[in-house]
Parts: sequence; structure tokens; C-alpha cells
Amino acid sequence: MSTDLHDLTLVQLSAKLRSKDVSAVQAATHFIARRDAHAHLGAFLATDDATTLAQAHAADARLAAGENAPLLGVPIAHKDIFVTQDFPTTAGSKMLSGYRSPFDATVVAKLGFGVPGGVPGAGMVSLGKLNCDEFAMGSSNENSAFATVKNPWDTTRVPGGSSGGSAAAVAARLTPAATGTDTGGSIRQPASFCGITGIKPTYGRASRYGMVAFASSLDQAGPMARTAEDCALLLSAICGPDLDRDSTSLDMPAEDFSRGLNQSLEGLRIGIPKEFFTDGVAPDVRAAVDAALREYQKLGAKLVDISLPRTELSIPVYYIIAPAEASSNLSRFDGVKFGHRASEYTDLLDMYKKTRAEGFGDEVKRRIMIGSYVLSHGYYDAYYIQAQKIRRMIADDFQQAFTRCDVIAGPVAPTVAWKLGEKSADPVASYLADIFTLPGSLAGLPGMSVPCGFGEGGMPVGLQLIGNYFKEGQLLNTAHQLQLATDWHQRQPELSP
Amino acid sequence: MTAKLIQGYEVVIGFETHAQLSTVSKIFSRAATAFGAAANTQACALDLALPGTLPVMNKGAVQRAIEFGLAVNAAIAPVSIFARKNYFYPDLPKGYQISQFEIPVVQGGSVEFFLGDEKKSVRLVRAHLEEDAGKSLHDDFVGQSGIDLNRAGTPLLEIVTEPDMRSSDEAVAYAKELHKIVTWIGICDGNMQEGSFRCDANVSVRKPGEPLGTRREIKNLNSFKFMQQAMDYEIRWQIGEIEEGRAIQQATVLFNPDTGETRAMRTKEDAADYRYFPDPDLPPLVVAPEWVAQVRADMAELPRVMAARFVAEYGLPEYDASTLTQSKAMAAYFEVAAKTSGQAKLTSNWIMGEVSRRLNAGDINIDASPVPASRLGELIARIADNTISNNAAKLVFDDLWSNSLGSFSAASGEQASLSQIDAIIQAKGLRQLNDTGALQTIIDAVIAANPDNVAQFKAGKDKALNALVGQAMKASQGKGNPSQITELLRSRLSD
Repeated sequence: MSTDLHDLTLVQLSAKLRSKDVSAVQAATHFIARRDAHAHLGAFLATDDATTLAQAHAADARLAAGENAPLLGVPIAHKDIFVTQDFPTTAGSKMLSGYRSPFDATVVAKLGFGVPGGVPGAGMVSLGKLNCDEFAMGSSNENSAFATVKNPWDTTRVPGGSSGGSAAAVAARLTPAATGTDTGGSIRQPASFCGITGIKPTYGRASRYGMVAFASSLDQAGPMARTAEDCALLLSAICGPDLDRDSTSLDMPAEDFSRGLNQSLEGLRIGIPKEFFTDGVAPDVRAAVDAALREYQKLGAKLVDISLPRTELSIPVYYIIAPAEASSNLSRFDGVKFGHRASEYTDLLDMYKKTRAEGFGDEVKRRIMIGSYVLSHGYYDAYYIQAQKIRRMIADDFQQAFTRCDVIAGPVAPTVAWKLGEKSADPVASYLADIFTLPGSLAGLPGMSVPCGFGEGGMPVGLQLIGNYFKEGQLLNTAHQLQLATDWHQRQPELSP
Repeated sequence: MTAKLIQGYEVVIGFETHAQLSTVSKIFSRAATAFGAAANTQACALDLALPGTLPVMNKGAVQRAIEFGLAVNAAIAPVSIFARKNYFYPDLPKGYQISQFEIPVVQGGSVEFFLGDEKKSVRLVRAHLEEDAGKSLHDDFVGQSGIDLNRAGTPLLEIVTEPDMRSSDEAVAYAKELHKIVTWIGICDGNMQEGSFRCDANVSVRKPGEPLGTRREIKNLNSFKFMQQAMDYEIRWQIGEIEEGRAIQQATVLFNPDTGETRAMRTKEDAADYRYFPDPDLPPLVVAPEWVAQVRADMAELPRVMAARFVAEYGLPEYDASTLTQSKAMAAYFEVAAKTSGQAKLTSNWIMGEVSRRLNAGDINIDASPVPASRLGELIARIADNTISNNAAKLVFDDLWSNSLGSFSAASGEQASLSQIDAIIQAKGLRQLNDTGALQTIIDAVIAANPDNVAQFKAGKDKALNALVGQAMKASQGKGNPSQITELLRSRLSD
């Protein structure tokens, strides 16, 4: 009976749980087995079956008591950037190897079993922690200190990053849903590379409390699942104010995003930024995106030519601001209070140096150095201040564009997933591949990736949809309508063993 | 500004003061700020900088900063910014300190005070909010250092002056006045031993008219006495160096109270690049005008406002008003005593004189004075109605002072204390002789007994009258009213 549980979408599985066709323990047991059978994908960093099953029992008790919450008892797994009490948290770094947080991230608590004294959580059962690039820095997941994540569609390719473990786990159906975080595209790009659906909400809608900080002004949590419908359910549970814990949390009430999913797209104005459709986009990606846009036209939407003139500038701007914030955020990893400490050292300075030299990987060190440089005396104005000014202009460009359209569409990334190791030697090459996700991140806008076809090597292609602030509902509906008309999101990779 | 020169040098001093704000919890976390708890028992996840923790502004700290700004006539910035000051140190858990850098919440303002009887005004540059660091414990463990993070995240207001002070005396007077302000408005407990109020003094010297000299900053001065010693030593040292032909290097120095010397801990060359940038975890601090107005409405009367009122309402000289508003307790004591006596200036003289002398000698706070304000007022009323002389009143005061503890607690009513004062006057026979007839007899006797003085006075030597008054006072055993005696003598001798 339970052999096909993993083929159900989250919404379908939720229905079975609530009709008591399946118990939360049965679902958890099924996914634990499947997760273990595909451990070679490298998606999971931490598991604890006793904890998972205990949560499933708790969910079953709530179901038995008549609770009818849609996510109750549905399995999920969390990107290892979210701190958790029940599982260790590493952020993909040796620096935090074995670290155990005394509290849960707000997103984890809201999806799971709540915060002590607060509202009860949605009751999702955690299957464990998912691999990611170290401190969420990377777009191939190859920067994880622990394991390489393989793309389930082709295990010689990267899953994308930094939420590569999350994307791979959902694509391989090792979990119906996962959390991710997006700083410059870390939800959207791996979702695109792995053929799943993911959304990053407006900056400030999801609490950052309990997310190991990479770049504070950009980091944002969001769900990754198979369908827009699934994401809508999850995002409804994730969003909401957390003013006592996160000063950048917005005082916007939680919203039921599922309710707006059946709106017609008749008359919807889809903005097509010319800077997203250049020669830099691979032909296979271009073809899939174009096909999706034609589909939208069939659904009654109008395509509007727009311009986001500072798209290219978003790369240097992002790679100044994000490392600047990261260089400071990562200062707390000094070997004094928690995490890795060098075993031998001669004095305090030596302890700092050895601890950080041993604990951080190359990409993290690279960004700490860039960040320290752009913030240093004499360079701050030329780099950091200048980048902040352009960041503001990029946000203004979007507002200009949104006077002419309702949503913006384009590719998530210029190419499909590349081969493992292909760009490891050339960090700038992978920075450049972030070009289409960075502008929306810098502006703090909601954005998502929706499967829209397949390209070179049979690899999935993602369509990026960017909405104006707080238009997550409209984005999800736009994606959902495409998923009602196409079946790209239903395709699944053939897993080897 | 005329400055006192030392060996031909003008002293220039600016101050940076860290006042610990009196909030119950920390500036960005809910951990308690109470002093003296066991190490690390008042450090929560945020104070330990655990991954995923984020700062949330304590509104009470902002409120106190606004109160300070209003107390020193500063501008309250409608928008101010928290920045990160990045450096590594074990007692700095995040690897950065959150502090206001480019745009502080309190801007400008001034602190006014008397140095002797000269009125001074020191301009403030700014006052900004920041968090304190933890403490490194170097003596508690053998071969290693401990870290106590109880203090980490304690709210501080750093108050920065212009280099307006021209002597160590003036700088100490400024520090005392600032201490008075922050404790008066209740934003800081002012406990210097516990580090709640600590000063850094930027000291330089120059020949008059020359540009500012290179400064050295004396850190962490936590008593007024050390402050004075440290600056005096530093001034002499700098003049000595310059006189010897050596240039002063900009440096941070520490004062050693045991040796009385200052010693450089780091020079400008070692100065770290703190890589300040706006903290992306904290949105700009917005202070609405309504909030400022509310704080202003809720604030107790400020010392300078109260001093101005004392001048206007009681007709006191500015110096008296300023002295009497050194503390809330003293001001309150004055007001009660002055209202009871109906003699504001005389009451002021008594409080600044006899009362302060006795309090200082006994190291007693005025709110614990053995002679309550109302009783002092009644005593002064007896001077005013000519019942006793000022000198006799001092004897009554002595008696009240030494016999007050415990003896009159049961009879604390007005009537009881009035009769108590009268009883002492009676018992000591201090009542003035106001009876003209009795005084006339004494005066006639004095005139008869001192013909030389009388002759001198009549010859135009006014001073001779003083001797006669003295004789008459003596003959009245001190009970005569001296002005009355003088008047009677004059009228009798001009007959």
C-alpha cells in the first residue's frame, strides 16, 4: 500500500493522512526507508529515526484528536542552515561539525511542533537535515564540507546550490517537501536544476531567527516541493511576523496562499526583461522558457517587453554586499564559544588563525576576504557604499517595470545543471551564472522557479517568476496555472539503485 | 576663554563617558543586566552569539537616550543607525560590537556647571547607544583565561564632548555634573566602582594660540579622584616630553592608581580597522516626534530647569541655585526647608554651610540628614522672627543634630518639633533680648564705662562704635540683637 507514497504530492499525501488512509508513522517509515535507499545522492547530513518517529507519533496523536491541519503528519526535511534542537546543525561547515542548537529556528518551529509557550506548529515530521553549500555560499553544493550532492536526474551533475540537498531530496522523492534559504538564488537555482518548484518570499516575510546567517540583508527562507500548490501550503505556514526575535521581520499577517490558486490568468501582464533573454542564455534553456511563455499566452496572459537595465551590475553589487555581511556574520566562529577549535595553538591569535583556517572551506574564506576588503578603511566608499547605491537603483528599476506588468518572467539560470567539478576551479564562472536570480534578491522581491521543460542531457529547466513585494499569492497562482496546463513538474528522474 | 596656563602651556581636554543604562534587560536580548551574578548566568543564546540569534532593540534603552538628550538640550535624531564595529576578542562574542557610528541618536547639546563661581559650558558632540562587551577573567584560572559574558550586551550611552575643557579641575567638574544629570534623570545608577559610569579623557597641551596638540586618551577612569590624578600626571608628562624636545605620539593610555602614572597600551600605529558598516540585522532606529514629546512630558524637572526656577521663585543667586540642585535630594531638602522658614536665601546659606559641613563630616546623604528639612526650616524661622541670633541657631542645630537619632521619632509632628526647638532655646537660654528697656540699661552702662570709645566715635571714628557694640553684646551674654544694639547706640550717642 505504501510503496507509492513518495509519488504523491504533499497535497495528496495530506489528504490521505487526514482521511486516515495513512498514518504519520507509516509515512515517516516509508520515507526513512526511501531516504536510506538513496543515501548515495548525498542529500542528507543528519538523521535520527527515533526522533522522526517520535514526531510522527505526536502527529498521529493530534490527528486522532481530530486536528485537521493540512500539514499535520506530512514529512519534511530542513536545510542544514536552520538550527534545530532535535538534529545537529552544521551549515555544511566543518566549523559547526556536531553543533547542537538549544533552540529551533522559527521556520522549523512553525512547520514542526511550535515554540514553547507559543502557537503550536503545523505538525510536520522532520526526516532530518539537508546538505548545502557551506554557510549557503555556492551554487553547486560542491562547497559542502561533508558530501557532494548529486543531481537525481544525472548523478554526474550538480544539483545546484546552495539548497542543493533540499532540491535533490525533493526531486528524488526522498521527502515530499523541504525548506531552503535563498540569498542570491539558493532556492530558485537548485529548484530549476532539479526540476522542482521553489519560492523565496519577499524579504522579511519569513523569520530569519534560527537561520545561520550568511548575508543578513538578503537571506530569506522558503519552501521547496514538487508543485506550486504544495509550496502555497508550506509558505502559508512559514510566513508571518516574528518581531520579538527578528528585527527585520515584517509586521504582515500570515496569509493563506492556497486560497488564491484558482485565478484566471486572463489579462495578466507578464513582463519580459530583455536583459534576461540575451545570447548568454543557452539555446535549450531559451527554448523551454519560450515554450512556457507561449503557454501563458494561451492561458490569456499578455507578454510585455520591459527592461531591467542594471541586471549585469547585480553581479558585482551582490558579490560586494553579500561577502561584506558574511565576513562580519562569520566572525563569531572563532573557536572561543562553540564549534571547531584548533587542537594546538601557541596563543590567542594563533588559536584564531588555526581555528578559522581549519574550520572554513575555500569559498567561505574567499568571501570573508572579499568582504573584509570592501569594508576596510579607504575602500568602503568605493565598494560598499557604491554597491548600496546601485542596489537601490536595481530595486527602483523593478518598481519602474511593475508599472507596466504584473509579474516578470525569464530563465532562472543561463544553463541547465553543469557537471560536477566543471566550475570548481573557476569561482567567477559560477558567480556569473547567478545573473538572473541576483537582481530580485537585491531588490528583496519574491521569486520562484517553476519546471518548464528539459534541455541538454535531459536536464530540467526552470522558469523564473518574479513578483512585486507581497505578491507571493499572485506568483503561486501564476505557477499553479502553468502546472495545470503542463506536466513538467510531474516528470521524475529514474534513480539508479 | 581665558585659560590657566601650566608652564606656559594650555591644557585641552575632551571626554568620552560610558554610562550604563538602567534597563532591566540587555540592549538586544532579554537577559538580565543586574550586577554581580555568577559568571555567565546572565548570558542568553544571543549574548553567546549562538548561530541564528538576532538582535532586537530594547525600547527602554532608546527611551533613556532620549531622556538624556532632552536633559542636555540636544537634538534627538528622527532616524539613527546601528553599525557593526568588527574586531576579534574573546569577550566580544559576535566578533563585532553593535554601536551607533555615523548617525547617533543624540546629537549636540551641552553640559553647564560652576567651576568655583565661574559658570562653564561644555559642548557635547553626541551621545550614542551601544552594547558593552563581556569580561575576560585573567586571574581566575591557572594557565588560561576565563570569559564572563554577563556584561555582554549591557546597554551603554557613550557621551562625547568637544575638546572644551581647559584644566583637570574643569574636566572633573564636568564629569561630576554629567554624573549628576544621568543619576538625576535615572537613566544610570552612577555606580562608578561597578563600572556603570566610566570616563575616557582625551588630553593634549599646546602653547596658547597654536593648533591642537596631539592627544593621548586615558581609558576607563572610574573615580573622580583617579580622574584628577591621571589627568594631572598626563599633563605634566606631556609638557615634560615637549620641553625635552620629544613629540607626543597619539596613544591610548591606562592610569595606574598604585603608581599614579599613565602608561601607553597601544599607539595609533596599532589602531585596528574596525570595518564599520550599518548592521543589516537592525533597521534604522526611528524616533517619532510624538515619542520625544511624550518622554519630555513624562520627565522629572531637570536640574538646570529647577535651578532657573530657584532663581525666579526664591530669588536665589545662580550659584546657590546650581549648588542646591546638585542632587534631587538636596533640592527637595531645600524646598521643604525654604517653604517652612519663608527665608529662601538664609535657608540656602544654611544648607550650603552648616548642613553640608555636618553631612560631609559624617559622610551622610542629605536625605538621611538627622535634622529633617522641615525642622531646619522651623529653626530658621526662629532666626527670622528675631527669637534667636544666627549664632544661637547653630547651637540649637548642634543639639538637634546630636539628639535627633531615635529620641524624637515618636514626636515627629509639627507641634512637637516646634516646641522641641523652643524647648532647646529655652533650656539653653538663647532667646534674644529684644526688650528695648533692658537693652537701654546695658547700653547706658557701656557708654558710661567706655568714655574713650565714645569720644572717638563722636570725633568721627565710626569704628569706635563696633567696640561699643561688642561690649554691649558681651554684657547681654550674647542674647542681645546686634542690629538693635547698634541702632540704640547710634541714637543715644547722637543725642
